Amino acid sequence: MSALVSLRHRLGAVELSIEAEMPPGITVLFGPSGAGKTSILRAIAGLLHPEDGRITAGGETWLDTGAGIDLPAHRRRVGYVFQEPRLFPHLTVARNIAYGGQPDAALIELLGLGPLLSRRPGSLSGGEAQRVALARALSRDPSILLMDEPLSALDLGLKRDILPFFERLRDEAGRPILYVSHDIDEVARLADRVILIEDGRAGPSRTVAEALTGDPGSALGRAIAGGLLVATVAAHDPEDNLTEARIGDQRLWLPGRIGEPGDRLRLRLDARDVTLALDRPQGISALNILPATVTAIDPGPGAGALVRLDHQGQGLTARLTRRSVTALGLEPGRRVFAILKTMAATPERVAGG
Amino acid sequence: MTPADWVTIWLSLKVALTATVVSLPFGILVALVLARGRFPGHGALNILVHLPLVLPPVVTGYLLLLAFGAQGPIGRVLEPLGLGIAFRWTGAALAAAVMAFPLMVRAIRLAIEAVPEGLPEAAKTLGASPLRVVLTVILPLALPGILAGAILALAKALGEFGATITFVSNIPGQTQTIPTAIYAALQIPGQEPAAARLILVSIAISAAALIASEWLATRARRRR
Repeated sequence: MSALVSLRHRLGAVELSIEAEMPPGITVLFGPSGAGKTSILRAIAGLLHPEDGRITAGGETWLDTGAGIDLPAHRRRVGYVFQEPRLFPHLTVARNIAYGGQPDAALIELLGLGPLLSRRPGSLSGGEAQRVALARALSRDPSILLMDEPLSALDLGLKRDILPFFERLRDEAGRPILYVSHDIDEVARLADRVILIEDGRAGPSRTVAEALTGDPGSALGRAIAGGLLVATVAAHDPEDNLTEARIGDQRLWLPGRIGEPGDRLRLRLDARDVTLALDRPQGISALNILPATVTAIDPGPGAGALVRLDHQGQGLTARLTRRSVTALGLEPGRRVFAILKTMAATPERVAGG
Repeated sequence: MTPADWVTIWLSLKVALTATVVSLPFGILVALVLARGRFPGHGALNILVHLPLVLPPVVTGYLLLLAFGAQGPIGRVLEPLGLGIAFRWTGAALAAAVMAFPLMVRAIRLAIEAVPEGLPEAAKTLGASPLRVVLTVILPLALPGILAGAILALAKALGEFGATITFVSNIPGQTQTIPTAIYAALQIPGQEPAAARLILVSIAISAAALIASEWLATRARRRR
């Protein structure tokens, strides 16, 4: 069941505002530090009381300032995974997990917590503690799961261990997850939907592909412009250490061995790494050249422009100088070739195996 | 040790233990309110609790006598019921409790304030009511500080002199505690050995209390 969040609140010099529906799946709240991301989570959990707003989750109204409804935090069915684990140091792992509700044996199994149950939080590693915190939040069977940069305190290896759990949560749970992040690669990997937030003002909720194509209306949107291509692993080339992926019959070569044949991949592009040519280039080192159609051109505030492209129904964006746009005579409808320099691939399990 | 010494030591322990045990729940409550409550009168309560720490003890004792004496507003009610406390061991316990209360509250309050705010918040998001947060998170984590506060209060209660002698006098077997007995012995020439015995007992009890309190404080730090 979707959650609805509509808030306005003055916080020091920042005017916080958000208006969004969060369907089941992961909605990433993306923005720089100090933009008000954590405050929005706290307001949903009832730890901060906004001046004005409405929150409904799991079919219940938690906040309606107009009607004088403001449920205290402990009566809202939220799961809150804080930036730091916040485990109760005087309780065992098992009792921490059971604090908010009866834990599910399958969940303990999924998170690999069985061997840790009798330990105290003080003896856990950072990754273990964050997994316990996740199990504890989920044991409450929340109507919405709030996650505040749960990976920011972990090193790269631990992040890699935990990310697959988050992906499974997204695909299995059927509940809205609001996930705060300032890491664009986390967004590309986890998000179903993205809300950009700058200086307290949250924009509309959009699909991750739309968001990563770039929103010309905001500085943050322009900054993350590029694209998210969804491709399927076709084969591996062990000799050159490349992975072959396909979008329809278009072939893409990715560095390294990624996933298994049949796996769906999310490929994040940065608009700076996309070059355009009018004819298919010959004698070029780039491996990945995609035929595409220009759909729109957004001139930026400076010398640059964002050129929006469509490739088999998937959007991507190139950042060019305005001079290049004019020199190439680019306009909507024009057929071009997009040359991709680098690509960040984030493997993702295909639903159902 | 003479039998009279043992009577004094036993009475002192009884007075101090009663004072500590009876005031502990109030001490925890007041410490909780001061540490976590936000309400008008917060500052006034804080001053009231700390007043016995800074007032001359003889003033505190005299105020108790005014309130609980046979003519006092509270004493007038209690005396006819046989519950009067002035000049009885229960009065000594009250005087000791009042004098030890600020120390007890201070130690417990510091321990409560040392509980990271993130933990009660996490408990709330897990559905714990304010009472459950206090009982399952705040007090267990503050436990070493609560015990340290109780031990400190016990030591203070054992040593209380000024308010006690003013409020309940110095009646051997009734209200005479170790400090008032030492004082009485020192007033009579030739009684120094009696005073010395009680002084040694006093030092031993105080040192034990300090050691116990330090040990608890160290344990509390290790738990974080």
